[in-house]
Amino acid sequence: MNIHEYQGKEVLRQYGVTVPRGKVAFTADEAVAAAKELGSAVTVVKAQIHAGGRGKAGGVKIAKSLDDVRKYAEELLGKVLVTHQTGPEGKEVKRLLVEEGCDIKKEYYVGVVVDRATGRVVMMASEEGGTEIEEVAAHSPEKIIKEVVDPVTGLLPFQARRLAYAINIPSELINKAAGFMLKLYKAFEDKDCSIAEINPLVVTGSGDVMALDAKLNFDSNALFRHKDIVELRDLDEEDEKEIQASKFDLSYIALDGNIGCMVNGAGLAMATMDIIKYYGGEPANFLDVGGGANKEKVTEAFKIILSDPNVKGIFVNIFGGIMKCDVIAEGVVAAAREIGLDKPLVVRLEGTNVKLGKEILNGSGLNIVAADSMADGAQKIVSLVK
Amino acid sequence: MSILIDKNTKVITQGITGATGLFHAKGALDYGTQMVGGTTPGKGGQNVDITLENGTTVSLPIFNTVKEAVAATGATASVIYVAPPFAADAIMEAVDADLDLVICITEGIPVLDMVKVKRYMEGRKTRLIGPNCPGVITPGEIKIGIMPGYIHKKGHVGVVSRSGTLTYEAVHQLTTNGIGQSSAVGIGGDPVKGSEFIDILKLFNEDPDTYAVIMIGEIGGTAEEEAAEWIKANMTKPVVGFIGGATAPAGKRMGHAGAIISGGKGTAAEKIAKLQECGIKVAPTPSEMGSTLISVLEERGLLEKCKS
Repeated sequence: MNIHEYQGKEVLRQYGVTVPRGKVAFTADEAVAAAKELGSAVTVVKAQIHAGGRGKAGGVKIAKSLDDVRKYAEELLGKVLVTHQTGPEGKEVKRLLVEEGCDIKKEYYVGVVVDRATGRVVMMASEEGGTEIEEVAAHSPEKIIKEVVDPVTGLLPFQARRLAYAINIPSELINKAAGFMLKLYKAFEDKDCSIAEINPLVVTGSGDVMALDAKLNFDSNALFRHKDIVELRDLDEEDEKEIQASKFDLSYIALDGNIGCMVNGAGLAMATMDIIKYYGGEPANFLDVGGGANKEKVTEAFKIILSDPNVKGIFVNIFGGIMKCDVIAEGVVAAAREIGLDKPLVVRLEGTNVKLGKEILNGSGLNIVAADSMADGAQKIVSLVK
Repeated sequence: MSILIDKNTKVITQGITGATGLFHAKGALDYGTQMVGGTTPGKGGQNVDITLENGTTVSLPIFNTVKEAVAATGATASVIYVAPPFAADAIMEAVDADLDLVICITEGIPVLDMVKVKRYMEGRKTRLIGPNCPGVITPGEIKIGIMPGYIHKKGHVGVVSRSGTLTYEAVHQLTTNGIGQSSAVGIGGDPVKGSEFIDILKLFNEDPDTYAVIMIGEIGGTAEEEAAEWIKANMTKPVVGFIGGATAPAGKRMGHAGAIISGGKGTAAEKIAKLQECGIKVAPTPSEMGSTLISVLEERGLLEKCKS
């Protein structure tokens, strides 16, 4: 799960991580009031969307007066920001973070992630702050320093110091920087983050070490033990169809194509997208109905797929293991009747109760094209939507 | 022969009185698996009666702890259907009881719980398969997990996969072409898990009854690349591959800092290129996993041996 920068900074503040003073604002009036309260010489007005690259896209403004704050707030609120992470359609700005400006002496990078290869949490740091860490990794990987964390002890002070020295933090600030890293790790561990990225971490003229930006993502598997984090979810930032799907425990991701997919199992769902593309089509979504889906869930999945106006046809690809083919067939028929399906539908069923499933589809009187294999189904739906 | 499990393996189910645990304990018994008991804390001393497809009823003893279950039944393997918040604890309890093999089916375990589990397992004898996996099957002998048993056929091709349904797809393609499987292993879709491709490939390489292997990977991490290097250096048997997720949008599933650790790797294209570079034939579509293997078996003169 993703949260906004201002929320991430709030979480970090609870752990004693130094962040600039700031307030969230939903209107220009609120932004001006926040700036007044901060009373700093320079105020930063930052667009809050769930995507990186906001600075380059014009989503971060430096205001030198309250009039400036109002001007920038009015300009940013309601604006659609297009960054390299939003996709071409961009994201509308609905919230701002109004923050005190600070005197930046140098920018660094610190990130915490789970490393699959070692099965451990790793803290990474770099002297090349402010730029995309991917770029640093590509052109000078030696500038990314890593410390692997033992889960028994957590990040140790010597490891934090080693990182701070390695990225050339000024010697008088080593302890402050190490303290910052230890608190950041604590927040990561306590809140079950999947990523905690501070880019940039800055050293200021007044000798502070602080997080100028904060990107926190959370492990969705662990949200059951973090009610406070769940409350930070901003539904405005999510695709409506994805929200609907999550209510029914369906795994759905909206894509750009025109062939709706309904599949059981994440691996098969991904492979179904691949095979559609292989035969010249474009998938409209990833949708895994899961292993234990019932008729209602299948009906709901169908409705979600069809609520996407780009969808010109649907490919149902099921390998019934625990999931029985007749259950899928009943769901498909029920949904098609309820919605009044007027688009091509190709169904490939295989596995448990496949005969029964095919009988239900054939006996439904609906215009359903049966497929013998994944490849057959993919070719059929691709030609039908053309 | 087979890997990991055979008809002599005695198995307990952790979480046997839950709906999922019970359903799949029955499925395993129907397949012929030696299910010898289960655990549910608080229900020790009771029995659970399971009526099989053939009409007979099996009464399995329930224990409060894994240690008790192992002492009483002589089980060497366990399968876990415990809910995600408690699953990591269940794995560690099984490890503490010195089981040879623990298969965790549970999906949705917090990643940091699995980080702790892996650390806990260091220096212990137990091998973990999963979590978030379909389990392991040795066709005709034993089934531990949620896979549909009837699509399998006893034979000589090993299957190892990160995805459940794609494993079924591959197995089905093999079986309908008359090619049986020695064992099929789902290692699971989680980023931090008990066994990686290489662990299972080693076992297939050493198993005299396995003549060839299908390896099914997907985007994320670098396990497939590492496996490809290992295969090139060590594997004496032909391996074919498939990688799912060539069309998956970047950044939707994995946060991008995760890719940094592995040097910006993890895409399907990179994995496929690496596999091919290491001499592993890659099925162009998931529909062709079976036919790709068959073409390699033909080249190596193994097809008839694999059909017997």
